[in-house]
Amino acid sequence: MATENTRGLARLMLAPSVALLLIWMIVPLAMTLWFSFQNYNLLNPANVSWTGLFNYKYFYTDPAFFQSIWNTLLIVGGVLVITVVGGIAIALLLDQPMWGQGIVRIMIISPFFVMPPVAALVWKNMIMHPGYGVLADINRALGFQPVDWFAQYPLFSIIIIVAWQWLPFATLILLTALQSLDGEQKEAAEMDGAGFVSRFVYLTLPHLARAITVVILIQTIFLLGVYAEILVTTNGGPGYASTNLAFLIYRTALLGYDVGGASAGGIIAVILANVVAIFLMRAVGKNLDR
Amino acid sequence: MARAVSTRRMAVATIAAWIVALIIFFPILYTIITSLKSEPEAIQGFNLIPSFTLESYVTVQTQRDYFKPFMNSVVLSVGSTLLALLVAVPAAWSMAFSPTNRTKDILMWMLSTKMMPAVAVLVPIYLIFRDTGLLDTRLGLTIMLTLINLPIVVWMLYTYFREIPGEILEAARMDGATLWGEIVYVLAPMAVPGIASTMLLNIILAWNEAFWTIRLTTTNAAPLTAFIASFSSPQGLFWAKLSAASTLAIAPILIMGWFSQKQLVRGLTFGAVK
Amino acid sequence: MNVRTLLLGTCSAALLCGYANAETLTIATVNNGDMIRMQGLTEDFTTKNPDIQLEWVTLEENVLRERVTTDIATKGGQYDIMTIGTYEVPIWAKQGWLLPLDNLGADYDVDDLLPAIRSGLTGDDGKLYAAPFYGESSMVMYRKDLMEKAGLTMPDAPTWEFIADAARKMTNRDEGINGICLRGKAGWGENMAFLTATSNAFGARWFDENWKPQFDQPEWKNTLDFYIKLMNDAGPQGASSNGFNENLALFQQGKCGMWIDATVAASFVSNPAESTVADKVGYALAPDTGLGKRGNWLWAWNLAIPAGTQKAEAAEKFIAWATGKDYLKLVADKEGWANVPPGTRTSLYENAEYQKAAPFAKMTLDSINAADPKNPTVKPVPYVGVQFVAIPEFQGLGTTVGQLFSAALAGQMSVDDALAQAQQVSEREMTRAGYIK
Repeated sequence: MATENTRGLARLMLAPSVALLLIWMIVPLAMTLWFSFQNYNLLNPANVSWTGLFNYKYFYTDPAFFQSIWNTLLIVGGVLVITVVGGIAIALLLDQPMWGQGIVRIMIISPFFVMPPVAALVWKNMIMHPGYGVLADINRALGFQPVDWFAQYPLFSIIIIVAWQWLPFATLILLTALQSLDGEQKEAAEMDGAGFVSRFVYLTLPHLARAITVVILIQTIFLLGVYAEILVTTNGGPGYASTNLAFLIYRTALLGYDVGGASAGGIIAVILANVVAIFLMRAVGKNLDR
Repeated sequence: MARAVSTRRMAVATIAAWIVALIIFFPILYTIITSLKSEPEAIQGFNLIPSFTLESYVTVQTQRDYFKPFMNSVVLSVGSTLLALLVAVPAAWSMAFSPTNRTKDILMWMLSTKMMPAVAVLVPIYLIFRDTGLLDTRLGLTIMLTLINLPIVVWMLYTYFREIPGEILEAARMDGATLWGEIVYVLAPMAVPGIASTMLLNIILAWNEAFWTIRLTTTNAAPLTAFIASFSSPQGLFWAKLSAASTLAIAPILIMGWFSQKQLVRGLTFGAVK
Repeated sequence: MNVRTLLLGTCSAALLCGYANAETLTIATVNNGDMIRMQGLTEDFTTKNPDIQLEWVTLEENVLRERVTTDIATKGGQYDIMTIGTYEVPIWAKQGWLLPLDNLGADYDVDDLLPAIRSGLTGDDGKLYAAPFYGESSMVMYRKDLMEKAGLTMPDAPTWEFIADAARKMTNRDEGINGICLRGKAGWGENMAFLTATSNAFGARWFDENWKPQFDQPEWKNTLDFYIKLMNDAGPQGASSNGFNENLALFQQGKCGMWIDATVAASFVSNPAESTVADKVGYALAPDTGLGKRGNWLWAWNLAIPAGTQKAEAAEKFIAWATGKDYLKLVADKEGWANVPPGTRTSLYENAEYQKAAPFAKMTLDSINAADPKNPTVKPVPYVGVQFVAIPEFQGLGTTVGQLFSAALAGQMSVDDALAQAQQVSEREMTRAGYIK
């Protein structure tokens, strides 16, 4: 039982980070909220005026708006599917005894250490480029026409790049969870004559539920804001095919220099993110409680 | 019999794992290979054996000094990590050991602060930094990176601390340990692995942060992300040079990651184990 | 104790004085070859001006533009010299964000600057607000050997009809030869630079005198139809992701019969160290359609001083050095005349040595002189700029429209849809910005 004393101390210890985050959250949020009601173009600072809700209306009537929300969800969903399924598969593989496990593990976690702009540049120029990329070279060697990835499958290409960056993270967490699975239980199941599939479905998967939830939660937070990879590769196009919400805000803020519009977009993004978060907590959050 | 099967199984697992690992690692490997090619060689088509020229590295270094941005990256990522730990360890500690009804809410709220798109708050933050004289200072950027990663740090530490059994605390208290003694002698040794891996993860995240580190710096505080931005998409295709710059930018953190992966993994569970 | 404090005090004062004397200029610049060469040659400047030190911030074009625009608009004061394009200069000068350059020194010879370039950098008050570091227009670069093989001769001033015909005849996809390589990558400075300039030759315009967008007019449909058909028949695979860099590489590797792009590319395609077709390149003016305007643009990268700087005097000294005649001479001495930053000074084009080293010199000069940013289109327009519209809203709008046209080129959208959507977003944006009342 915690005494009054320790409880007070606990509050004291909690205070600095709560206060810091409160300031960090409130001050920019308040400024953003304020700017979102202003007609404020950075290139025309003399002409700042109050516009009420106009920026919001303007942002959500943007021809790209609904597609950008859809694309945001597609990116989050696509990357989550690839990293969770791929992560489980790789974790199962790495859990087997093998030669050179250390090196294999090092290679698999490496993409996590690569900064997003570098990852995007490498994939764009050296892997997916229709003229000089490795994939194009492979296609030509097999006698096919090279695929122009960013023109034909822009969103899919971006999902691949982002998934590549996050796959190691998912793999690591899932692998750690997998290794904590009781060896005796596994053996017992094997003795019972349970096949690989039923062992996986009835023993491994339930054991991994918590780890999967954690992967989904953390990645979602980062994936909602993906924009660097889009900026480097497709610039949101062709058309609006790879524009997500974060990139739409980027375009408004740093191509249009429309501070008011970008602020309104930011507020909309925060609301959307919270909706997603609540939905997620409802859907998988109970896995976190024991 | 059982022996033979397991050897065969091991061989299959080995081959499969190596194929998967090589595919995943390939983009990085190819970048390193390309950095050792000459410029015309780099766009000539698929070729795994470079001419091992260091020409691109020399050009990159003469064009832009590597050392200063490298030092900035080190100072910023380590500095912001230490600062974040300083604030987050007590917070996570109290959340884990004296939880209240609000604990979960506070945690979720902290995480939700990460959901504001950075670019939407660029102008407000730029104005604040300008007025406080923090633009292009290591201090300003350290604070920035601390704040960005604080929620993740708190969460990670919290989930790790929660795994530490409370009974140990009780036992120590029974023995008449003071609160201070409790922390130093009983809990600290158990918490160290979690703190270590939190630290590593945060260093990685701070090292790779590429929005604020470019937008809030000019020369004094510019880290390796800005270094990369001076080599991406120039006039003409300079892939060998770009690869060399990319290799230089990711090498330190990659090597650190390789050496510390065991440490990193131990605490990188976010409470997912068990 | 007291003495020591005093001594320390004087020391630090002396140190402070020392630092105060040595001013450090922070210069933001783009990572193009000519600027990087300049950074390598600054020793010449610092030996002549030992009290000035230089700090460089080199960034790729888009990031640089974001950085300097944010900084100057919020008066962040991070830079003493900024490298900015012809697009920014008039907009920023009008806001009072730039200092006029009227102390460039006696031997700077402002009148030597090419008139077309200079006029774009001069404010309404007749003062120069930025000094050009290098300038460019666009022109046709073509393969003489392929042209001959197709049985054609390139005139000095071709029409679009001729270009299209030649492109189709030169195309031989089995051998990997594309008749023509043009920009397709979306962006206001990528495909829209080319398409806007081309549309001028087709008689189109972005806005009429009342700022009403003109994408619903037949001229734009002609332009876009023509471009997409031509690219389908004679362009390279995946053209919708090709920008300057990609086309440069294609041309250098002998995969393009013609390429219409920036004049600075001429020095790359004719450089035997980089280009496999260096000795086979010919040049011609950007094509027209007989309506009186050619599709050649005008661009310069310029050095300017933001109004907030405390070091205006030193900054102006540096600008005079970097854009002066002696700098051209310095580059020529160290790296040869072919590497001199082109397109800024009349005297360079009168220099016999330069003409010899740069076979494209005359065509570059003619192209630059043929561009008229103040009067860019067949029909009257309310804006300045050949391949852009010099209003703050253009970057965002141009990029959106560029995306739509890029999608049309990739075959994901019909020309009519792309134009209808372009019209819609332009009307929306222009209404909001208050141009359309």
